[in-house]
Amino acid sequence: MVNVGGKQTMLEDLILQHELEQFCYLEARLLDERRLTEWLDLLSEDLDYWMPMRRNIKFGDWDKEFTDHHKEINWFDETKDIIAGRIRQINTGVHWPEEPVSRFEHLITNIEVVSEDADGIRVNSKFHVYQNRLQDEINQWVGRREDLLRRDPDTKFKVVKRKIILAQNVMLPKVVNTFF
Amino acid sequence: MANIVRAIGDRSIRAYIDPERGTVSRELYVNDDIFAQELEQIYQRCWLLLGHESQIPNPGDFVVTRMGTEEVLMVRDRKDHKIRAFLNSCRHRGMKVCRYDEGNTLVFTCPYHAWTYDTKGKLVGVGFGNYANAYTDTLPTGSEEWGLVEVGQICNFYGSIWATWDPKAPSFQDYLGPFAESLRHCLQSSDGEDAGLEFFTPFQRHRIPTNWKVPGFTSVTDLTHTAMTHRSAQAAGLHEDRGTGKETAKPFPQEKYAIGDHNLGHGGMCTFYDQLGVPDYANEWFEPGVDDYFRAQTERKKLLIADRIMPPHGWGGGHFAIFPAVMVDSWRIRYYHPHETGITERWSLFGVDKNAPDHVKDAVRHYAERFNGPVGFFESDDMENWNYVFPASQGATARKYDYFYRNGLGHGKYDDRLPGVVVNGSYTEEAHRARFSRWLAFMEAKSWDDLYPLNKSANHNIWPGVDGQASAKA
Ligand code: FES
Ligand SMILES: [Fe+2]
Repeated sequence: MVNVGGKQTMLEDLILQHELEQFCYLEARLLDERRLTEWLDLLSEDLDYWMPMRRNIKFGDWDKEFTDHHKEINWFDETKDIIAGRIRQINTGVHWPEEPVSRFEHLITNIEVVSEDADGIRVNSKFHVYQNRLQDEINQWVGRREDLLRRDPDTKFKVVKRKIILAQNVMLPKVVNTFF
Repeated sequence: MANIVRAIGDRSIRAYIDPERGTVSRELYVNDDIFAQELEQIYQRCWLLLGHESQIPNPGDFVVTRMGTEEVLMVRDRKDHKIRAFLNSCRHRGMKVCRYDEGNTLVFTCPYHAWTYDTKGKLVGVGFGNYANAYTDTLPTGSEEWGLVEVGQICNFYGSIWATWDPKAPSFQDYLGPFAESLRHCLQSSDGEDAGLEFFTPFQRHRIPTNWKVPGFTSVTDLTHTAMTHRSAQAAGLHEDRGTGKETAKPFPQEKYAIGDHNLGHGGMCTFYDQLGVPDYANEWFEPGVDDYFRAQTERKKLLIADRIMPPHGWGGGHFAIFPAVMVDSWRIRYYHPHETGITERWSLFGVDKNAPDHVKDAVRHYAERFNGPVGFFESDDMENWNYVFPASQGATARKYDYFYRNGLGHGKYDDRLPGVVVNGSYTEEAHRARFSRWLAFMEAKSWDDLYPLNKSANHNIWPGVDGQASAKA
């Protein structure tokens, strides 16, 4: 636990940590309960939602590991509009990789408040997303997120930026049909 | 499981296709013996796509790619700057020589016992042995035989890099036959400049639990799947996110077909233009300024080929497949690497005009990321269907019932505009059938000597109902 702004009391830090954890858990619950349009409401209008690809690199070549957000091909490089389109598609009831609907469980852990400044609150977390589908199809995604959240009067926070660092090189599941 | 003798030239394989009924046995898709034979008879012989020269611009650059089930290193030599390709397997005792996706190097040193190869694949070092009768610091005699296994032939075709293991395979140009101009067209920038594309890195790579022929033989010209498979994208209005403000361009006289070259195995959708030059550009981009760019490029292309008929594929003409499993859809290329009978790795490459301004490159890149691959609006629906074909075809009961490829059987015609290619209605399965004609020829051939075009008099079309002399136009 860090005193993120240096100005807050320990109690304020604890309250912030608690509120952010609750927010992360709410996101996970909405995704798992198939309340995708409610989850969409937790994203800011100027959202930058990014999941780079990851290369097999030499020790030390850290700058080569992730794909360039603005020049290379990424798994996700989304605005809120694009995510809204994906949710519309899932909600048609004829989007075959999600029809019949899957059983998703989003486990969120290691929630760390990094800092808070005028841009917002930086929060890191880890996820384990489990998909169980039809009789015996299982897909899993494990990784971490680096978020920038902004305080919001209605939903408490909104996600402004999310970098999703997936522990994967070749995408092993045939389709990625959930959010992180 | 059907009993298949694994011998080159074994004719029993022919019994799995019934040309008169227009059917193909499911064994072709689910049988491990047939899969093993395909690796020998098809993947050891055919020209396969390795990648694009823009991936390795500098001397010493390399990238790991695949040929069938095996990894291959594509390397630009430090001295002569030529591109070569090698099996990623150490000649000593078989370790993967390179386990990075890409990079720049002086040599490849095997992490097992340090055998070391230069960027021409030559063995230049054998590690640390200092004992008499063991390896020495100097190379053993005969070391020139112990270089990395190099491909039989390699070809740079307008920037795209292709290779075959078989030194007896015909040139890539001959392998393409009448499709060479189509591929060249697809690799041009939108103003018609040859080799005018660069390709975004890295390629999208993901695994689909199905046989490689499910997407590889079928996806390129399967117009009948679109309405059902892609219903959700339609219903969610996702197409409209691309091309809002669509306006219809002036109609250009043209005919659209499904085509198949039964002697080469290539084919797909095709447009015969009945007018010289290039049709007007039709808006298809949502992002501001992108249609303006492509319209201006199209105007330049019009000047460039005002006195010619456009090739029948690419840039609005339709997409086609290169045997065995490369799909070319203008600047979008997808290909399928077999891993196992029921596991396929799908790669997608997306090209963009080298000289395009940033806002155009951004729009093309976003389209690639959002519409395609495992995360794509469109293709995710394909993956589900391709996937569950496999378990539903595998059972002892299921595999006794053949697949239907009869759509348009007996209605194909030859056409002077693409000599040797069968032309049929655009919703038919002509291109699928051509793939099986060629598949069978490969599975039966003892060597490339049995395979067109070295044996130019051969007719590998196994399906009935094409009059060899007739022309669709006549
Ligand atoms: S296996 Fe490569 S050096 Fe021994
Ligand atoms: Fe499709």
